[in-house]
Amino acid sequence: MNVTTPVSTFELTGRGVQVLPTSSSKATKVLGWLSLLGFAVLVVLAFAWVPQDTRITDQGDVVGQFDAVRLMFVHVPAAILAYSGFGITFLASLGYLRWRTVWWDIMAVSAAEIGVMFGVLTLVTGSIWGRPTWQTWWEWGDVRLVTTLVMVLVFIGYLAVRRIPVQAQVQARRCALIALVGVVNIIIVNRSVDWWENRTLHQQSTLLARKIRDETLFTLTFSLLVGAALFAWLLLHRFRMAYLQSQLEQLEVEQALVERRAESQLHDCQAASALPTQTHLSDAPQEGEDQR
Amino acid sequence: MTHLGYLVAGWSVTVVGVVSYAVWVIVRARSLAQRVPENRRRWMMPDV
Repeated sequence: MNVTTPVSTFELTGRGVQVLPTSSSKATKVLGWLSLLGFAVLVVLAFAWVPQDTRITDQGDVVGQFDAVRLMFVHVPAAILAYSGFGITFLASLGYLRWRTVWWDIMAVSAAEIGVMFGVLTLVTGSIWGRPTWQTWWEWGDVRLVTTLVMVLVFIGYLAVRRIPVQAQVQARRCALIALVGVVNIIIVNRSVDWWENRTLHQQSTLLARKIRDETLFTLTFSLLVGAALFAWLLLHRFRMAYLQSQLEQLEVEQALVERRAESQLHDCQAASALPTQTHLSDAPQEGEDQR
Repeated sequence: MTHLGYLVAGWSVTVVGVVSYAVWVIVRARSLAQRVPENRRRWMMPDV
């Protein structure tokens, strides 16, 4: 079988519609629609229900983040999903080192890629949020910002190592070890605002400390749920994509083996058919022998 | 509404980023799925 030729590309359905095979399943469809619906509700909650962040000082001045607080509903879920992606990469890497199966390796790389995507979004949305609240896009002396950047760069490095052409098992082991080291960053990033309180502009955790209004807290929790559905949807599709890639590579190896065997058999047949002729020639008396 | 430009930028970057990545994954997975026999992508729904 030639693996480069599409197999079962089109299927005729009862309605006569041709449908391409995809990485979708019932679970991903449910998660996908939940994510979309949840996002639509989130937009309404974030922009129409949550009040501005304002408070009145003792002097009677109105201070706060005003509408900029609505960036919280994309920034905080992105950060938590980045942590989740790297956390799953860590667990899957442990699984790979223990059981050495492709499943764990594929899960690790899928989660890492999604983690990097959300990590980059965390940095970008954080920078956008920081400009109106801290009057700066970026601060190199801020431990939360810099440690987050380092965490994302470590996992970008993890993905870069994936592209080095080496034996699959060697690559998987190397990446698993990088993930084990890289996960330490999650703890550092998360605790940095407490450990180096005076070296960051970033606020401490408001989610657990209940320092925000009920409407804001509810919407933030809702945004985390929507993010979780989206994350699961992305992870399932990305995992299946990587699984298909590995299956294709395996098929190519199997095809190469079949071709190699066929070549070998052909060579054996040719050698066998040539053998009687050689015997006949060797049996024939040589010129020198006749003379002797 | 205050800080409208920042809000639009922050939300837009997030939506565009996630949607772009999702589309890339879906398209790539679909392309691979066509080249892999059905018995090797058994978790998928029947093509209906």
